[in-house]
Amino acid sequence: MKTITSQKPYEEILQQLESGSRVFLVGCGTCATVLQTGGIEQVLEIKEKLQESGFLVTGWTVIPTACDEMTAATARDHESEIQGANGILVMACALGVQRLNMYLDKPVLPALDTLFIGLEEHPGYFMEACAQCGQCILGYTAGVCPVTACHKGLLNGPCGGTNKGKCEVDQERDCAFTLIYNRLKEQDRLDLMKHYYPPRDAQVLPRPRVKILDKKEIEQWV
Amino acid sequence: MGMKFKQILDSGKFVVTAEIAPPKGTDLEQMYHHIELLKDKVDALNVTDHQSSVMRFPSLGGCLAIKERGGEPILQMTCRDRNQIALQSDLLLAYSRGIENVLCLTGDAMTVGDHKQARGIFELDSVQLLRAIDRLEESKDLGGNDLGGAVTYCKGAIVTPEADPWEPQYIKFEKKVDAGAEFFQTQAIYDLDNFARFMDYARQFPVKILAGIVLLTSARMARYMTENVPGIFVPGDLIDELGSAPKGRALQTGIEIAGRMIETLKKEAVCDGVHIMAINREEVVPDILAAAGF
Repeated sequence: MKTITSQKPYEEILQQLESGSRVFLVGCGTCATVLQTGGIEQVLEIKEKLQESGFLVTGWTVIPTACDEMTAATARDHESEIQGANGILVMACALGVQRLNMYLDKPVLPALDTLFIGLEEHPGYFMEACAQCGQCILGYTAGVCPVTACHKGLLNGPCGGTNKGKCEVDQERDCAFTLIYNRLKEQDRLDLMKHYYPPRDAQVLPRPRVKILDKKEIEQWV
Repeated sequence: MGMKFKQILDSGKFVVTAEIAPPKGTDLEQMYHHIELLKDKVDALNVTDHQSSVMRFPSLGGCLAIKERGGEPILQMTCRDRNQIALQSDLLLAYSRGIENVLCLTGDAMTVGDHKQARGIFELDSVQLLRAIDRLEESKDLGGNDLGGAVTYCKGAIVTPEADPWEPQYIKFEKKVDAGAEFFQTQAIYDLDNFARFMDYARQFPVKILAGIVLLTSARMARYMTENVPGIFVPGDLIDELGSAPKGRALQTGIEIAGRMIETLKKEAVCDGVHIMAINREEVVPDILAAAGF
């Protein structure tokens, strides 16, 4: 699983920062490094650009995995550089931003937009794989998710926009239901496509969604 | 007109429907004009629902205007712009105002329209919408609550006979039949042999099929449609016929082609009727009907 990010336009990054202020930079060694949006190279690029734009960069770091709780230790290691900054610019996904926000009193600002959770289908090609809808139906759709692979998220078959097995919004993209049909046919399970699927429950868990492990589970983990 | 669409469908007569598109804005004169022009010449008039994801005056508003003028409207309803609550409440309103026919569609992608920044809802799909209406007819809403007063609709859906690949599309067609669709208006068809093969398959189901007739206005349009529009195949001889029309006569040729197709479909009892889509040329629908011998 990878969180797919893209870098915000530089102008938008600047809008969040107080002009000429002091900035501490944080990258992420996991998804954002693979995506080349928040690895060492990109952090150093932004550092140089900000310095050219008149900002003072008090320090920088690339946290191994910005979204996990080890981030607290990294924040402590850089305490004085962070204290010396007016804002923390984070080149990680929104999880990294929010994780840092838990530990710091200073403004924590995103340099990236978080797009989706995806799989790398082939080198450099990331495809949205899961919409986290809370009701997995992959067992009925031959492992192809119509919630993400169909741009309308339909459940009961293709719309009229299927064109030679491709999607109307993108001629490069396969129609989810052509993929589902072909795989179910290969598996001799086409009856699954003929079933009626009722509307998904959009409110599986109200937002913000929370899942709490019971005490025993937590003890096993800690 | 007088007769309800459902009665006409059941009468066994060759059914003719056409469609009008509401305008962008509140100047409704041209829409009223199209309604006056067509309401007594066809058995029912569809009103499109923000077709091609372009924001316009609503289908429901167009349907009310047809009712007020004594016509028989078919409310087109897509799943693109409304969640379950909005879809159901519009169905209650429409029914309370005498609109008794509804065509259930998925809706075009938001990205093809003029509000690309808007969110496509698609909380229901067309099959689920048909079933939702079924529930409202049983005096229940989708939340499982009782209604004080139910609805009764003549429910329709669409099918693309020339879909490629056709198998998933036909599976969905059967789901729509199971969900209570009583009539189908098809995507545009031009190859009558292919369509006859589709009808051989579709005849086994207890539904009425109205063949989609989209007016061709030039060889260029025909070529564009066959190359770019999903599920549309225009045979080469029709493109040639349009291409060899004398300058300024391509529209007339298109009218003749549409009329000829309708005449054949009726004479040979290929299907139960036709749905004429003269997109932006609603004025010539009477000419198409005349060319078809009506």
